[in-house]
Formats: sequence, C-alpha cells, structure tokens
Amino acid sequence: MKQRVVITGMGVVCPLGHDVETFWDGLMTGKSGAAPTTLFDASTFPTTFDAEVKDYDVSRFVKNSDLHTHGNRGSRFVLGACVQACQQAGIDTETDSPADGIDRTQMGIYLGAGEGSVDNDAFFDAIVKGWNDENREMNWGKWAEVALEKMTAMREMEQEPNMPSGHLALLTGARGITRNCLTACAASTQAVGEAAMIVRQGKADIMIAGGAHSMIHPLGITGFNRLTALSTRNDSPTTASRPFSATRDGFVIGEGAAIVILESLESAQKRGATILAELVGFGSSNDAFRVTDMHEEARGAVAAIHSAIKDADVTTDDIDYISTHGTSTSENDSIETLAIKTVFGDQAKNVPVSSPKSQMGHLIGATGCAELITCIKALETQTLPATMNLNEPDPQLDLDYVPNAPRKADVKTVMSESFGFGGQNNVLILRKFDA
Amino acid sequence: MSARRVVVTGLGAVTPLGLSSQDLWDGLLKGKCGADTITAFDPVKFPCKIAGEAPEYKVRNYVPKSQRKSVKLMCRDIELSIIATHEAVNNSGLATKATAPDNVSIDPTRTAISYGAGLISCDLVELAPSVALSITDNQFDIKKWGVDGLNTLTPLWLLKYLPNMLPCHVGIHHDIQGPSNTITCGEAAAHIAIAEAAEMVARGDADVAFAGGCEAKVNPIVMMRQCLLKRSTVASNDQPEKACRPFDADAAGSVFGEAAGMLIFEELDAAKARNATILAEIVGTASSNSLNKQYEHLEPDGKGVAIAIEKALAEAGISPDQIDLIIPGGTGIATDDKAEAAALKTVFGDALENIAVWPIKSMTTHTGSAAGAIDLIAAIQAINNSQIGPAKNFDTPAEGCELNIAKEATTKEINYALCCGYSFGGQTAAIVVKSYKETA
Repeated sequence: MKQRVVITGMGVVCPLGHDVETFWDGLMTGKSGAAPTTLFDASTFPTTFDAEVKDYDVSRFVKNSDLHTHGNRGSRFVLGACVQACQQAGIDTETDSPADGIDRTQMGIYLGAGEGSVDNDAFFDAIVKGWNDENREMNWGKWAEVALEKMTAMREMEQEPNMPSGHLALLTGARGITRNCLTACAASTQAVGEAAMIVRQGKADIMIAGGAHSMIHPLGITGFNRLTALSTRNDSPTTASRPFSATRDGFVIGEGAAIVILESLESAQKRGATILAELVGFGSSNDAFRVTDMHEEARGAVAAIHSAIKDADVTTDDIDYISTHGTSTSENDSIETLAIKTVFGDQAKNVPVSSPKSQMGHLIGATGCAELITCIKALETQTLPATMNLNEPDPQLDLDYVPNAPRKADVKTVMSESFGFGGQNNVLILRKFDA
Repeated sequence: MSARRVVVTGLGAVTPLGLSSQDLWDGLLKGKCGADTITAFDPVKFPCKIAGEAPEYKVRNYVPKSQRKSVKLMCRDIELSIIATHEAVNNSGLATKATAPDNVSIDPTRTAISYGAGLISCDLVELAPSVALSITDNQFDIKKWGVDGLNTLTPLWLLKYLPNMLPCHVGIHHDIQGPSNTITCGEAAAHIAIAEAAEMVARGDADVAFAGGCEAKVNPIVMMRQCLLKRSTVASNDQPEKACRPFDADAAGSVFGEAAGMLIFEELDAAKARNATILAEIVGTASSNSLNKQYEHLEPDGKGVAIAIEKALAEAGISPDQIDLIIPGGTGIATDDKAEAAALKTVFGDALENIAVWPIKSMTTHTGSAAGAIDLIAAIQAINNSQIGPAKNFDTPAEGCELNIAKEATTKEINYALCCGYSFGGQTAAIVVKSYKETA
C-alpha cells in the first residue's frame, strides 16, 4: 500500500537566519543576505560579494558539539537545521536511549549535501612548492612533503560530500535507508523527492531530508566566475540578485543547510505529530542536452513539471503558487519562464511565481530544500514571498513574479522547482494538509 | 519487492584488471592482482606507493562522433564511466543514440540513470600554471590569483569536476531523459545508486535504468587523503600484489584504485518481450548507518552493516541460509574487516559456515565509489558461470574473521548472492541478487 507522505518538522540555517522564523521574517521584511565577502580575501576577484551565514554557532543547537567541531561548514550548518527539525517533529537527538517511540531502523537520512572546501593553505602551498614552472612539471616528492606536513586527516575527510549525512546519523541515531545525492543546484530537491518515494513505498517511516552546501571558498568562486554565472554588481550586493529582471547579470552565491522531516501519515498520526504540509508530487528528469546549457525549449524542465503534476494527481488549475529556481542568470530565468508557459499555457500569467533567491542568495545544493520551507510557510501564513529587486521588467518575461513585496494569497497547492548544471530538473508539489 | 520485477541485462566494467567486464571476470578467476606501483604520478614520498590503475585506453573510441568535442570536458572519472557504459549498452543488446542513432530501441523519457560518484579532485597539473602566476615571496597570493590566476583557467573548469557530470555525459551520449541521480556516499555510493536505480524501475518511473558507479582514485590528493587517514597499507610497497589482504591475519590496510562499473536494469516483462538475455534479478536492497565517532572506521560490532543486510534479505523475502555467496566490503583494513565479519556472524549465525565468502579487493583494489558496482558485476558473473574465484592473499584468517573463504577457485551453483559494503562517514549498504531462470 502506498503511504501518504507528510512533513512534520523543518529547520534552516541560511544567510537570512539560523532558524525558520528569523528566515521567514527576513523574507517578509525585504532583507537581503548579500554583503562583501568575508570568508576569504576576494577583493581582486570578478565578484567580491556573496551571501554568507554569519555568527553561526553550532553549540546553540548541539550540546555535544565537540563531536562535530572538525565538520566542514555544510556539516555544521546541517546539524543546526536538523536539530530544529527534530525538535519540531518530536524526534530525540543526542541520546542513546530515545524516548520518542521511533524505531531507529525505520528512520533514514537523505541529503543533497555538497563537498566541503579544500584545505586552502595546505592545498595551494603544496602546489607552490611542488610546481616547477620552467619545466612545466610537478615535483610530486616536494608536493607530498608539504601535503604530509600541512594536510590533516579529518580536514581531508570532511571534504567528502557524505560527511554531513554521517554527522546527522550520529546526532539522531538513524539506522534506516540513508543516501546522499549531489546533482548540482537541484540536489536537495532531488533528495527530498527521492526520500518521499522511500516513505511512500513503506521502506522507512521517517526520512530526515534536505541539503547542506557552502561553495564560498576560493576555488568555488573561481569556478563560478569562470563560468560567468555570478553577478558582478560589486557596488550593490543587496540588489544584485534580481531574478526575472531585464538587468539581471548572474546569481549571488549563498550557503547554508535546510532539513525537513518526511513521515508517513500513519506514523505521524500515531505519534500525534503536528503536520505542516503533505508532499504529494515529485518529478525528475534529465535534459540530456548539453553540460553547459539548458535545453532551448526547456524540454527537461517541462518533463519534470509534468511528471510532478501527474504524480500529485492534480491539474495545472490546482497549482496556486510556484517557487521558482529563479537564479537571476539570463539563461535560467528565460528558460524557466518558458517552461512554465509551456506547461500552464493560457493560465501561466495567473499563477504567481517568485524567487526567494532574490533575498537569501543561491545556496547551491541546499537551496531547493530551503525554498521548500518557504513553500511550507506560504501555506501556513497564506503569504507569498516576493521577488525582490524586480524594478526593470524583462519584456520577454511576463509572468506574475510577485515583484518587490510579499503578497497575501489563498494557497492550497504549491510547486517548488530546482534546476542544476548538467540538465538536472527536479520539481516537488506540496499541499496544505487535509485529513 | 514490487509487482514490477527488475532484471539485469547488461554489464560493463573498467578496472585495474582490464577494460571490460570479461577482463574483470577472467582476472578474478585467475587471482590476478590489479595493484602495482603508481605510474599516474611519482609516488616516491607517499607513504603508500601502490594503487590499482586501469590499462591504457583511448576514450575517443567510445564516444559517438557527434559528441567528440565533449572529450575536452572530461575528467578521468567521466572517461572511465563512458567506457563502462559503452560495454554495458552493447552487452544488453539495447540500441541508444550513442550506439545506433538511426535505430534506437529505448524510450529516452522512460530511461533513468542512478550512479555513484566520488569527491572528484581537480587535476593539479592543470591548475598549477595558474597558481604559479599567483605567488608573492614563495607563498600563494590570493590577490594575484583573483586577477592573474583565475583568468588563465579554462572557462568550463568547474564543470569537469562536478560529480553529477558522470551521469550527465553518459545521459547526453545515450539520450537518457528520465530521472538522473548522482549518489555521493563515499565507498558505498555504487551499492546505494544501484538500489535507487532498481527502485526507479520497480516503482514505475522508468522501464530501463543505468546503474553503477565510478571513481578515478589514482589522483595525488585522493591517495594522500587515504594515507593521512591511515587506511592505505604501507607494508607492501615492494610487493604490490601481496598488499591488499582482506580478512587475513597480516592485513595492514587497503590498496586503492580506479574503476567504473555500469549495469543495465530493465523491467522483467519488457526484457522478455525483446528476448533479452537476462543475467540476474535484483530482489532486495537496503542501506543503513554505522554509528562511530571515528568516522573513518566501522563501529566494532558492525551493527550498521548487519542492519542493511537484514533489511535487504527481508525485502528479498528469503532467510539468511538461502544466500550462497557473499561478496563483502572486505577492504584489508583490519579493524573494518573484523567489524564486517562480526556483522556477518550476527546476521547469518551458524549458517555462515556453509556460505562462500569471496572478498575481491585483493585483486580489483578498493575502487571507492565504483566498488559496489564491480562487486555486483562479479557476483552476477559468478552466478552465470557457477564459479567463484580464489580469494587472493587470504592465507591465515585474522582473529574474528574465520569465514568460509576459499583460497582456490571453486565450482558452485549460486541462486542468491549478497554484496555488502560500507564507507568512511558511516553509510552501509547491501544488495541481494538472484539467478534468473526462464521458468521463474
């Protein structure tokens, strides 16, 4: 029998706040997470700003934080997000003898967590000392001497993308199905979607699902700058992320983590958990087109949206709001608009769509789950987050983007979209819970 | 598991034992060892100087003409994946955009891929000239990097090293438009990706799924990482073929290597309808966690491994004594071998005496995110050949590792085989695969 999948907890650590209420207040009051880069000296980079998680202290959430001090930024963020979500859902953490009545073998973890940063000082110093620029060759002996002296085992292991999930397993005692996926900017949406399939099929009662990522480090920013994917509006960080605007020039990179607790309706009702929303649809597809560009006709995005709508057993008429991927890059915002028009046809302009990335920045692998949380809040508060900084509309982009101010709306069914490099398309549909 | 049954119809592998799944099988039966002194870079100052490297290849031979330009965007992990996929598709008898563009036999929108990938390190030799432009007083100078270094890197540099580029390139070549997932669960990644691929077919989201994993581990940073974690053996640099000794009393660490493994999964009725050769059926999968504060090692009682195996057996609907062959994680890291053996004893009890256990990393080396796919391919070949190869380097069992491991190749009817594995970081996984008989 297929299980209905509901959400019973959520938590977030992102540039707009270290808990859901602060995050949502920030979205509702027009705050921006963007500011000049402080995590490293980016002063000569093409982009000198980002959206960082500031003043975060994992010990606010985790009592035995010594166990996790060596964790990468993503690991530390996701611990905080997970503790928040577990508290809301009534799941005990940091105990060998939980009293919550949950069978740990039926509770799993599915993250879309990204890799950690390289150990910058050691990484670059080993290359500097090892490289012979005249002969254009590496002296691996010299490289290894520096690496052995400066690199540490824990710091190296923490770069592995499966580590955030390992930290959450220790935190929660989860022994059920556990996976981590890394499908670029669509990772945590795919993780939540696949985790929902696991619960639906009865392979776990509860899945701790979401993502964690920080690519705010020299090689990360280098990579995105070379792709010309980042905004270079260095004189105005807070207005740089301007999805769907005619003057958009790239995304603003953020960082963070987000977690939702997915649970079978049966388990949630048995435990008396508060149900925040029902996850009714998941669609996933691959462009199979180019590693660099989205398909010109939005083939993959359209397929994923159709597939999610079919999975949810709804029609386009039922969708009251779309939380877009809306990155503020020229290509994404055009193709995403085209995808919505292709699927929704004449009604496309009647469906409000917006992008929280205009305020929080783009959390890369973690972004989809953070945006899913804004959808849960939209259902709860009957308020849509805005697309900020949309002062110069792009004549080609003519949907209702909820420009510049949040809006009250009657919303029952909402959709959240994520698209990633390489043609990864993932779409989730949530519904206000109705027993 | 489900009303829709999932069968395997194609195998492809690139390993230190050769460039095909047949080379893998031939090597395994002979007890051939894939470990040797590292040639990819000069390992003279590395504590562990040996690894498993794939034989030389020309990736262009495996890339469709229309996609030749994409070769420039491929790191080694992508190349190995392309080669393994090419074999798997041909082996299955399916025709894709890459193998027969005018006569495609798959529905691209009903075809999925779920693939295990590692943390891909960039090519340091590619990066170094840019770093060399960013030096002040013999130190890296990030201010110079932001101008002079950064701008000399190829614009698409980042896209070579994103883990999801492995299935993306495969997906572009073969036109896979259904779900595409990249599982990054360290050394359990392929086991877990395979489980998800089977689920995609079983739950009806795809009729064909590409499943497997890859990791090109013979990269200086990746090898150094294992040295720092003290997971690589330093005891046998002068005797590479004796180095990796799973469950043996002299086990002193693992030997890491590179590989890609790809399997083609199909829904049973669809496979039968096209008269495909059905190699095996995937009947149970599961994963769990080892809970150990020392993330690089399994918990001593192997509980996380045991839970994954028990759940996979339950999904297969069989009792432990029905398993005929186990291909374990068996890394040659003594504490992990012992913990895994403890897990097997917990699950199988007295039945374990009669179940053949065949660790293969002494031959394939530990291929990280590819390992689960290589193990499953070996298990399926064992099933179809009714043969189990020798357990190389298993001379005297380590304490606690008294398993039914044969030093010589044996002949045995195999109905059910189990592949289990685990990763640093805690993820554990198990797959139960069944022989397929026409009458079934």
